[in-house]
Amino acid sequence: MQLLEGERELILSTVEEVLQNSSRNREDLIPSLQRVQSKLGYLPALAMEKLAEGLDIPAVDIYGIATFYNQFRLNPPGKYQVKVCMGTACYMKGGEITLESFERRMEIEEGETSPDRLYSLERVACVGCCTLAPVVVVNDDHIEGYVTPTRVDGIMLEFEEADQKEEETEKETEEETKKTAAEGGKNK
Amino acid sequence: MNDYVNITIDDRKIKARAGEKLLWVALDNDIYIPHLCAVREKERSNASCRLCFVEIEGMARPVTSCTQVVREEMVVRTRSTRIDRLVKTAFELLLSDHNLSCRECPANGNCELQKIAKERGLKLRQKRFKAIERDHTVDDSPDEFAFDPSRCVLCGRCIWADREEAGVGAIGFANRGINSVITTFEGVSLAESICTQCKLCVEACPVGAFYYKKDKKA
Repeated sequence: MQLLEGERELILSTVEEVLQNSSRNREDLIPSLQRVQSKLGYLPALAMEKLAEGLDIPAVDIYGIATFYNQFRLNPPGKYQVKVCMGTACYMKGGEITLESFERRMEIEEGETSPDRLYSLERVACVGCCTLAPVVVVNDDHIEGYVTPTRVDGIMLEFEEADQKEEETEKETEEETKKTAAEGGKNK
Repeated sequence: MNDYVNITIDDRKIKARAGEKLLWVALDNDIYIPHLCAVREKERSNASCRLCFVEIEGMARPVTSCTQVVREEMVVRTRSTRIDRLVKTAFELLLSDHNLSCRECPANGNCELQKIAKERGLKLRQKRFKAIERDHTVDDSPDEFAFDPSRCVLCGRCIWADREEAGVGAIGFANRGINSVITTFEGVSLAESICTQCKLCVEACPVGAFYYKKDKKA
């Protein structure tokens, strides 16, 4: 995953800060990883390497822990985070097919983030509304029920529209600020 | 305190160094106990292969001999119905996702799994568990050796060699459960990793997962 502008510096300063508050013992590794992830949203390779340096352990050890526990993610969360439920009910109702449909549409695999960081896709255990199976959670706050492959297309379309709208408003505000700046210049 | 203790393994009286683990005492006295993950120099064994079980008089359950320190007057049995069942199950589980094309395997004839099967009268082709096919992508990026994850038994001996003997720290365990693998940081190829290609991992591998390219048949 390509780092964004300024992200490198942010990662370095975050790890630095976490290391300063750590005992630098191995037992402090998981809490440190949790702190890094809560600040950055994920565990970038660079952060794991720097943490390994700081604790004087092989980086592959940190990689092992990060891949062992489900709570850690190695890819940044996308702007639209999709979590497909794989609890028993959702699984029986075709959750796997829903997940596959998202994989095809987003052109990524489960657990990955699209290169433009627009989409990320994960599988989760029971969300707690099995009557709506198969269930999909979007950005942790929006629940979609009865998600068939056709509905996946609909959800993806909504994402695209929302994203386009946002871009347009961004452009408008940009133009407006330019306009006001120009007018402000005239008045002087 | 005595430097030696007297123990009995399978009715044989044996003098063992105090503090030694049972597994090594047995092996030194030509009593075979199946084992994959144990490393003699390692203070605390992983005890993850679950193959070196023995019965000790006075203990309710079978114990792993790689973690059991010898004690004075200890009476040990390396075979019993319970042991044979435990070892058979552990062995069959190991083989359920093992690439069994032995004829093409560089370790054929020099394989710890084959040895265990022979010693304990177990079959390599087990039928009890559903066979799972593992990733067959071979990492042949190093100059002289290669790594085939489909033949790996996840004993961790190569990791020990990499850390303690070579002092490198290029490989380790990643993921979990059936997806567990031995890999590098971020899963890059060995040549792209910090691996120094010292080949100590190849020497440590009890099966044909790490192998010299020149030994590869067909």
